[in-house]
This record gives sequence, structure tokens and C-alpha cells, in this order.
Amino acid sequence: MPTGLENKSETVAVSSSAYFLKPVKAFFEEVTAITRFAFRFFKELFMPRYELKELIRQSYLLGYKSLPLIAVTGFIMGIVLIIQSRPTLASFGAESWLPAMVSVSIIREMGPAIAALIFAGKVGSGIAAELASMKVTEQIDAMEVSGINPFKYIVVTRIIAATIMLPVLVILSDAISLYGGFLAVNLKGDISLHLYFSQVFQALAFTDIFPAFIKTIFFGFAVGLIGCYYGYNSAHGTEGVGKAANQSFVYGSISIFVLDMMAVQITSFFI
Amino acid sequence: MGTTVAEIKDIKKSFGSNNVLAGLNLKVESGENLVVFGKSGSGKSVLIKCLVGLLEPDEGTAILFGENVSELKERELNLVRKKVGFLFQSAALYDSMTVRENLEFPLRDLKPKTNEETDALIIEALTNVGLADAIDKMPSELSGGMRKRVGLARTLILKPELILYDEPTTGLDPITSKEISHLILDIQKKYNTASIIITHDVECARITSNRMIIIKNGTAIAEGTFKELAESTDEWVRSFFK
Ligand SMILES: Nc1ncnc2c1ncn2[C@@H]1O[C@H](COP(=O)(O)OP(=O)(O)OP(=O)(O)O)[C@@H](O)[C@H]1O
Ligand SMILES: [Mg+2]
Repeated sequence: MPTGLENKSETVAVSSSAYFLKPVKAFFEEVTAITRFAFRFFKELFMPRYELKELIRQSYLLGYKSLPLIAVTGFIMGIVLIIQSRPTLASFGAESWLPAMVSVSIIREMGPAIAALIFAGKVGSGIAAELASMKVTEQIDAMEVSGINPFKYIVVTRIIAATIMLPVLVILSDAISLYGGFLAVNLKGDISLHLYFSQVFQALAFTDIFPAFIKTIFFGFAVGLIGCYYGYNSAHGTEGVGKAANQSFVYGSISIFVLDMMAVQITSFFI
Repeated sequence: MGTTVAEIKDIKKSFGSNNVLAGLNLKVESGENLVVFGKSGSGKSVLIKCLVGLLEPDEGTAILFGENVSELKERELNLVRKKVGFLFQSAALYDSMTVRENLEFPLRDLKPKTNEETDALIIEALTNVGLADAIDKMPSELSGGMRKRVGLARTLILKPELILYDEPTTGLDPITSKEISHLILDIQKKYNTASIIITHDVECARITSNRMIIIKNGTAIAEGTFKELAESTDEWVRSFFK
């Protein structure tokens, strides 16, 4: 007589494998969809008409919106890095190495990574929320029916703006961090600005600066792409707006770490 | 009445398990105002979005000016869309632009116009809806009714041959509603446009309609003039007119 028990264990088995498979499948579907979105970006990038005015406006807005936060965190990061490393270096009697040490860690890693994460939080999720609410309020539909390509006007401009502006912001943030470092060195020592910066630059090689700059271009592209993807494809209804912002931050930050890891691998391969 | 401007043939559309349209047909002749009635959620907005290709129907065809919308290439579709005005239910003003920029936006791909010509068009369109003084405001500074009127001005600025009005008077006071209804009628007379007017407003339907259809369960269950439907023997149909 069937008890229904064996049936039950079967469903458990099925649902537990589904439990593991589903997110994996969803992840790959998501990656595929984002890749397709990126292809569409490159296709439309080279076709007229070029929305130059909107591109400039977006670049200004993105840079302006995130500059204060990136500047403040950069400044604090410079100070903290010096204060934290001073005891260690002092125990080797190597305090004079402080400027060289901050410069390498800020330029190679800390500056790009922290600025990019802030950019993903502020700009990436901002783009996603903005596009999602444009979608909910039918603004994207309105553009489309008036015969204007909304992908080009809204998405292409924002992705390019993010790709251009993040490297600029990182350069500014690096400079501010190094200046913060200068102030922190002077808390317990005495070094002139000139000497400090000459030590900072002496420690840096082309192979520190160039790969770091290139990777920030990719970080900016990823943040813009992912923000636009989640905003442009957000679900029907208002709750879609919050979800789009959240997803774009989560996936934006993950992609920054993944790209960073790839950048380290590629750089160490060449050097 | 002349040629057919827009036609919908057996359109079906569902979202997941929600069957919104289930084989709907309609036709609009040039110069005709067709009013579409239906309860909230009956798929009226979905219907006109399928007509202009904003939504892809699951089955059936949408035809605009003799062209099958789903078979058009993007460029051809854009050309057809330039002849269609769409007033969105939520007005869909671009929040990052002023009223002036909102109205300029649909004009930007047209043959180069001088600034004076563009300004004249914008002011004409805003005067039509009685909002000429709101020209430099941002959409967030406007009331719901004003947004709707600016949306209408933006729709009219291209002098479309077919206008799709999604609830043009909803959320407006009775006097403004009446003005808008008469404006719709004036536009039809002045430019000989055809329109599909989605509304719940009986007064608006009475003023503007040449013909009406009523949607229920995803199909058109009744069709006729305002008078015919208002005096229908069907209790459910008549209930719309109370
Ligand atoms: N993009 C979409 N995704 C999922 N469901 C949708 C979508 N658009 C519309 N719907 C659903 O389709 C149904 C019909 O929606 P529609 O907006 O056409 O109604 P309506 O007749 O215009 O109602 P109202 O008078 O309230 O505007 C609703 O149940 C709605 O939730
Ligand atoms: Mg509707």
C-alpha cells in the first residue's frame, strides 16, 4: 500500500537539487543578459545620432554627485593608512619609508577600489533607480513612441559618462589621499611637501600607474553598464525601483572585485 | 469617413497567468474619434501599447497606416510613430527637463527649424492647453492636471495624424475635463486627426466620440455610437453611463 512517504522523499530530493541549481542557473542567465546588453551598447555606440549634449550633462552630473564623498573618503584613507602603518615601520626603524608605502598602496589598489565601490553605491544605484522610475512613469515608452531611441539617449550616454568619469575621480581621489597622507606624516614628524611628494613619486613606476588607470576605466564601464541594465530592465511597478537600485549595487561591487582580481593576474603576468 | 488608419486584429496578450487581451479587434477610420470604455485593469492601456509596438502581442496583428507594426524595422517603425501621438495615462513628462525642453524633445529629429519657429510651435501648443505661463517650470512643480495638459501639448506638437489618448481627463476637475474634451474635438475638426480615446468619463465620451467600444474580459463586447450604447438593453453596458 502506498504510504505517500516515498513520494515525499522524492520531492525533497528534487527540490533540494533545484534549490542549488536554480540560483546557479539564474546567475548564468543574468550574466548572459548583461553581456547581451553590453553588445547592444557597443552596437549603438557607433551608430548616429550621437547624443553629445546629453553625454556632457551626464558626465557633469555623475562627477559632481560623487566627488564630495570620494574626496572625503580619499582624504581619510590617506590619513588612516599612515597612522596605521607608522608603528610597524617604526619598529624596523623605517619611518622614512612611509611616503613610499602609502603611495604604492593608494595608487595601485586602495584609491581605485574604494572610489569604484563608492561610485557603484552612489552612481550605479542612482542610475538604476532613475531609469527604473523613468520606466514606471512611462518616460522611456514616451521617448520610444516619439521616434527617439531611448537606449541611445539614456543608456549609451550614461555608460560612457561613467566610463570617463570614474578614472577622473580616481585621479582626484588619489591626489587627495596622498595629501591626507602628507598631513598624517607630519603629525609625528617633519617633512616638507616637496620632499614628501618627491618620495611618493620616486616609489612609483609606470607599471604601478598605468595598469591602475586602465582598470578604473573597466570599473567605470562595469558600474555604468550594470546600473543601466538593472534600471532599464526593472520590473513593472514601483517596487521595481528599489530592487533595481539594490541589485545594481550588489552586482556592481561584485564585478569590481572580479575585475580587480583579473587585473592583478594580468598585470603580474606582464611584470 | 475614409481610409483605415489603425487596425487591431485578434490581438491576444497575457502577462504570466493574467490573460489581459483575448482576441480583440478594432478599427479606426481617418478623421474618426473612437472611444474605448472598460473597467480599470481591463487592458485598455495594454491595447494601445500593442498598437504602437511598445508591447509585443502574443498573437494577432497591429496595423498602423497600412503597415504591420511587428514586421517593421526600427527605422521604419520610427517613421510611422512620428505620425502617431500618444498621451500617456501618467503624462510621462521627462522629469529632468523643463516644460519647454519636454515640448522641444519630439521636434529634434525633424527638419532643422530656427529657434523662433520652434518657440512659436511650443507656445502655440501650450496656449492650446492654457498653460503658456508654465513654459519654464519643471514637471515636479506642476499639479497632476497641469502635467496632463503639458503631456497633451507635447503630443499635439507634432500634429499627428492619429492620436491615442490614455484617459485624458482622469484626475481633472469637471470644468477642465470639459475643456480638454472640447479641445480633443477641436483638434479632430482642425487637423482632421483620427483618435482612440480611452476614458471612464461619460461626459468626455459624449462630447468626443463618433463611435465607441466597450472591453470586457479581453474582448470588445459592445460597439456603437454613444447614444446606442447608453440606451443598450444590456444592463452591464448601461451601467457605464450612470
Ligand atoms: N508590463 C506589464 N507587466 C505585467 N503586467 C502588466 C503590464 N502592463 C499591464 N499589466 C497588467 O495588465 C492588466 C491590464 O493593465 P492596463 O494598464 O491595460 O489596464 P487599464 O485597462 O488601462 O486600467 P486603468 O483604467 O486602471 O488604467 C493589469 O492587470 C496590469 O497589472
Ligand atoms: Mg490604463
